[in-house]
Amino acid sequence: MLTKRVIPCLDVTDGRVVKGTSFTNLRDAGDPVEQAAFYYREGADELVFLDIGATPEARDTMVNVVEKVARQVFVPLCVGGGLRNIDDMRRMLQAGADKVSVNTAAVQNPGLLREGAAIFGRQCMVLAIDARRSGDNNATGWEVYTHGGRKPTGINVLEWITEAVDLGAGEILLTSWDADGHRSGYDNELNRAVSELVAVPVIASGGAGTLEHLYQALSLGKADAVLAASIFHYREYSIRQAKEYLAAKGIPVRLQ
Amino acid sequence: MVSIYRIAGSNDSERASVPPLLLTAMNRRSKTIAVINYGAGNLGSVANALTKLGYMPLITSSVPEVLNAHAVFLPGVGAGGDTMKSLEASGMAAAVLKLVELRRPLFAICVGMQVLLSSTEEDGEHKCLGIIPGKVRKLPQGLKIPHMGWNQVRQVVRHPVFNGIPDNMEFYFVHSYYAHPRDSSSVAGVTEYGIEFCSMLIKDNLFATQFHPEKSGEPGLKMYSNFLKYALS
Repeated sequence: MLTKRVIPCLDVTDGRVVKGTSFTNLRDAGDPVEQAAFYYREGADELVFLDIGATPEARDTMVNVVEKVARQVFVPLCVGGGLRNIDDMRRMLQAGADKVSVNTAAVQNPGLLREGAAIFGRQCMVLAIDARRSGDNNATGWEVYTHGGRKPTGINVLEWITEAVDLGAGEILLTSWDADGHRSGYDNELNRAVSELVAVPVIASGGAGTLEHLYQALSLGKADAVLAASIFHYREYSIRQAKEYLAAKGIPVRLQ
Repeated sequence: MVSIYRIAGSNDSERASVPPLLLTAMNRRSKTIAVINYGAGNLGSVANALTKLGYMPLITSSVPEVLNAHAVFLPGVGAGGDTMKSLEASGMAAAVLKLVELRRPLFAICVGMQVLLSSTEEDGEHKCLGIIPGKVRKLPQGLKIPHMGWNQVRQVVRHPVFNGIPDNMEFYFVHSYYAHPRDSSSVAGVTEYGIEFCSMLIKDNLFATQFHPEKSGEPGLKMYSNFLKYALS
């Protein structure tokens, strides 16, 4: 049986891992290569690196980080943050990333998903979305935010995801703008709406504070994978603890 | 053949006086392991895994280098039809057929496995290498496609390549099509995703996995290590 994935996220800026609340107030906490190796040993199913600085200089640093990580971590690596075009993607994939995630660039130029999928394959193309609940709060009431969650677009999340999957997105990294950093649980209405909408895997992101939250995203939210940063980052829980918790609740996970 | 990865001074007369442990280390470096570069695929990841195991892989697009290697890896990512085109354009299709004829140890991964079959139905019907009779088909509707993530491999044969790897261990998959051999004689592992499909083939010295051992953590590294021990002994 296909297992559900537990994915630690490393938010990186200028070559250091940081974790903030609602995209601001960053706290420095670690070397990304060491962190990645640590998570690998703990049994992470995959690693996501998000370059939240994403200046051109930071991108060079990130390529270097990915190269180093790929030499000692033998699970899939996804890299995102500030990737603007095919060349940016190619650099990350050549450095050792297995997937690249795009957010703002895909909203501005949806053809990028089609082009990337044609060149690298759909499985490489992860569409990252920051989804914010709209005022009316109905089942389709989420709006796409870009530029690291700062800029509203007026685009409906579910409509954008449908289009993006048609174009070539092979996976959705779905972050709840409202829940991110608050540690009070994922937005499982959002997770469920998207998981039921598309046939590609969905990674739930934003809001994990307890292991029960991970379970809820995989059960209620019907997500294929859960992404979390701070609960693993500050060693509140190990990846192994998280997986044992999920296994005890009947969720299929990989335990080694 | 000239390879920058070769280390001189490993001929038989010198070996006789070398302690066994050191011999093992020398063996890892004196045999050539080629990773075929045909303009696609996850060569870097495969090479990183082999390097981690203490080998010095030679990433090459040279047909003579591939044919002279002691063991060869055929990586693959992308579409089956495109992969076949790249293999043919680079002369590697004929090289792979030759390797199999010579019974040279060969490990094919993901789409590298799929092109071993007779044909694929990905993006229309495309002829493949025909080493394993059978077809490459699309995974059934109703489940998430691609099949992406960690899934169990049930071992249906005994083979040293599985040494130290428990039955039903999870490996990392990412694919939308699967190999369907006409007969089961070469099926070594199976995986369930909507249907039960062949996730690993072994035929003489030819090994092929639908999953990515280089992305499957320690069990994946173990499988490559077992293959190379078997191939280079």
